[in-house]
Amino acid sequence: MTETRVPEEHESQPPQPGTLMTRATGVGTSVGRSLLLPTLAMVTALVIGAIIIAFSDIDILRLLFDDPGAAIGQMASEVSRAYRALFRGSVGSVNSLSETLFAAAPLLLAGLSVALGFRAGLFNIGAQGQMLMGGLAATYVGIYVSLPGIIHIPLTLLAGFAGGMIWGGLAGLLKARTGAHEVITTIMGNFIAVFFIQWILTTPGLQDPGRNNPVSAALSGTARLPRIFGSGYRVTIGLLIGVALVFVVHWVLYRSSIGFEFRAVGSNPEAGRYAGMNVALVVTLAMALAGGLAGLAGANQVMGLEPYKASPALAGAVGFDAITVALLGRSNPVGVLWAALLFGALAAGGRAMQGAAQVPIDLVVVLQALIVIFVAAPGIVRAIYRVKAPDEKPTQLTTGWGS
Amino acid sequence: MALVLEGITKRFPGVLANDDVSLSVAPGEVVALLGENGAGKSTLMNILYGLYTADEGTITIDGKETVFDSSADAIAAGIGMVHQHFMLVPVFTVTENVVLGQEPTGFGGMIDRDAARETVMGISERYNLRVDPDALIENISVGVQQRVEIIKVLNREAQFVIFDEPTAVLTPQEVEEFFGILEGLKKDGKGIVFITHKLGEALEVADRIVVMRGGKVVGEALPSQTTMQDLADLMVGRMVDLTVPKQPASRGERVLEVRDLVVLDFRNVKAVDGVSFDVHAGEIVGIAGVQGNGQTELIEGITGLRPAMSGSVQLGKTDITDAHPRDLHKLSVSHIPEDRQGSGLVLDFSVAENMILDSYYDRPFSRGIVMDWASTRDMVSELVKQYDVRTPGIDVPVSTLSGGNQQKVIVAREFAREVELVIAAQPTRGIDVGSIEYIHSQIVAKRDAGAAVLVVSSELDEVRALADRILVMYHGRIVAEFAPDADVTDIGLAMLGSAT
Repeated sequence: MTETRVPEEHESQPPQPGTLMTRATGVGTSVGRSLLLPTLAMVTALVIGAIIIAFSDIDILRLLFDDPGAAIGQMASEVSRAYRALFRGSVGSVNSLSETLFAAAPLLLAGLSVALGFRAGLFNIGAQGQMLMGGLAATYVGIYVSLPGIIHIPLTLLAGFAGGMIWGGLAGLLKARTGAHEVITTIMGNFIAVFFIQWILTTPGLQDPGRNNPVSAALSGTARLPRIFGSGYRVTIGLLIGVALVFVVHWVLYRSSIGFEFRAVGSNPEAGRYAGMNVALVVTLAMALAGGLAGLAGANQVMGLEPYKASPALAGAVGFDAITVALLGRSNPVGVLWAALLFGALAAGGRAMQGAAQVPIDLVVVLQALIVIFVAAPGIVRAIYRVKAPDEKPTQLTTGWGS
Repeated sequence: MALVLEGITKRFPGVLANDDVSLSVAPGEVVALLGENGAGKSTLMNILYGLYTADEGTITIDGKETVFDSSADAIAAGIGMVHQHFMLVPVFTVTENVVLGQEPTGFGGMIDRDAARETVMGISERYNLRVDPDALIENISVGVQQRVEIIKVLNREAQFVIFDEPTAVLTPQEVEEFFGILEGLKKDGKGIVFITHKLGEALEVADRIVVMRGGKVVGEALPSQTTMQDLADLMVGRMVDLTVPKQPASRGERVLEVRDLVVLDFRNVKAVDGVSFDVHAGEIVGIAGVQGNGQTELIEGITGLRPAMSGSVQLGKTDITDAHPRDLHKLSVSHIPEDRQGSGLVLDFSVAENMILDSYYDRPFSRGIVMDWASTRDMVSELVKQYDVRTPGIDVPVSTLSGGNQQKVIVAREFAREVELVIAAQPTRGIDVGSIEYIHSQIVAKRDAGAAVLVVSSELDEVRALADRILVMYHGRIVAEFAPDADVTDIGLAMLGSAT
């Protein structure tokens, strides 16, 4: 009786010729099999990035006509300087590792949010807004409640979760009750959240005294996330919470009856309805949980990041990068962990690259975009490396082998 | 000028889908390719249509060996295919769909709509394929959509036309019309391959019948020199019974009581218009009728999937009008839905997951919210054996199974417990003879175990073979009741609304 068999075996199934969204989000594919493509995608992206670096220096381009040999040499050294800086800045030292993990934590939490949505057939574009609402709720509790840290921290996190949950659940409820598509409602939710937070952070009581822009006061010391490797390194226990949630989300999806409902309704709501599932409730709950995870990411941004204040910019672009992270991680909790670490490394390394090699950090965005394009369109990578699509039959028009 | 396939072999991982298959079609000939699901018919045709490449064997057209790398090559060589699932754009008109991909263009690359319309009208008249060239696909019936597909194929000047299970989606009248269309194509010298698993149809329209089983051609026959029984034996490789062996029903207590039920369809039109009937324990009540006479809505109304406007549904002493499907499951009601893939299964899910799709919420499959996969696996493995589901394992996606085995997964799920009421809608639609026989025997077994059984089928033969009482539904009402041995003509007339 090994209870561990089913999900693994289920996941190791060949990808099904599903809908476009199914294929793009990787719902129904495995971790192991999907590792090869992202790796190749990253290598390809780095090669193209190298070409961009090589050709973006106008002086070298001029030299190319006069002395091609020297120009190519300079290009090579330019590229290697940039990539070495990228590497050093992301994993080259304890501090860079800490920076990588520090950047990965919110991406991981918000990425799990989007991935959970995908598994339930929901496209949660609203992680950004849910982060803001979660961050705001955490800020309230972080400022106004005074308790010892051991209770204050979990309570503040919980507030963040609740804030995001309400915001995400609202979109779920709208979908369940009225059929309003979650893509529309969550995008609108993002706008509402950002303007709401801009306004509320200028109200007395929340606004940092003496400021006239929307910035909150600082969270009390007991509500700040402790740093893992001491005060010198910025990575906090927010990362550990994220890693723990990887397992929780995996458990919910594959070991709980709620996850069974999420996946069934996500894949075929009509069959779910016929099987007696409460589709409206499932959709609402899935969006609420997804929102809660994003809310935690928001809480992480005010509780774990100096100066421990909320502002309309607290989510940065994390809520949107989270969609990319979830796609890259093929909507698999473990895949999301790797994707978040990769994006964290690129973010940390990109800053170092900008400083040391004068290559703009925007290159990192280009690299991220390329990786995602290659992952989303695996045909390109397969064509380049002549990787055969595993067990995938050509355009399938019938079910089964024969008629 | 003939199409010849010779020695075609196609291997998929773990499956020999086609094993040295040879087939020929002459112009003006209708060849029926008969076989159970999984016999390799569609694989063979997909090879012919350029969708798969054969591992061995040759395709010869007009004495010239050809290789198809894509369906475009096959189309260029004069081969057309009418798929089982139509490939039409719902929001385009008939004309737009026909010319899609090869639009006649006029000045400045503008689509010449008049020319396109002419083309469609021309083909339509020539082959008696009645369509309204300006109708939107989403507004026309399935039978007419099929005609559009045929016109599309003819517009691409196909000399050989492959029909993949063309009658599966048609009403009996539409089937008759379709056979007329086949005649027309034949007269015009088109070579036709007609894939089917319906014996009667093969006998009716084919000039030659080729039977496939397990990836091989196992026999060839002329309709005039063979019988249904012979063909059925060839198809399944053993003697099959086309009638369902069963004892007379021993009727018990009333289990289901439907009174004056009114249900609206998606257009808010009364699809079920005051229906009343009873089903007793130990009997099978069959509802016959041409598809679209309210049977779907009736079942959805009884099973709580569509609200009842008025009337009541009673299970024993419990009122189940508008009860939630979960409540019905708890009240020991089994439901085999009409649309296997649309509402009966989650195709991405494994066999195991589909097997517990409606019972996952309770022991032994879960405790609280914790799924018990170990015990689920044991149960499912047992059920797969018990219900003869042919699958490489319980973890493969159910979408990789043949239609008959997919249906067996549903039957196993619905029947593997004590049930009081069985509601089976189109329980054997589109599946092979072997599976039909098996599922019928299971339904009868449930009856004999004391369940009340309601069977809805648009196949009159099926209703007659299974039911102890036949109700005929027409225009949302029950218009007649028959004993199973009643005259077919009488039942047929009632189905067309002309009974008194």
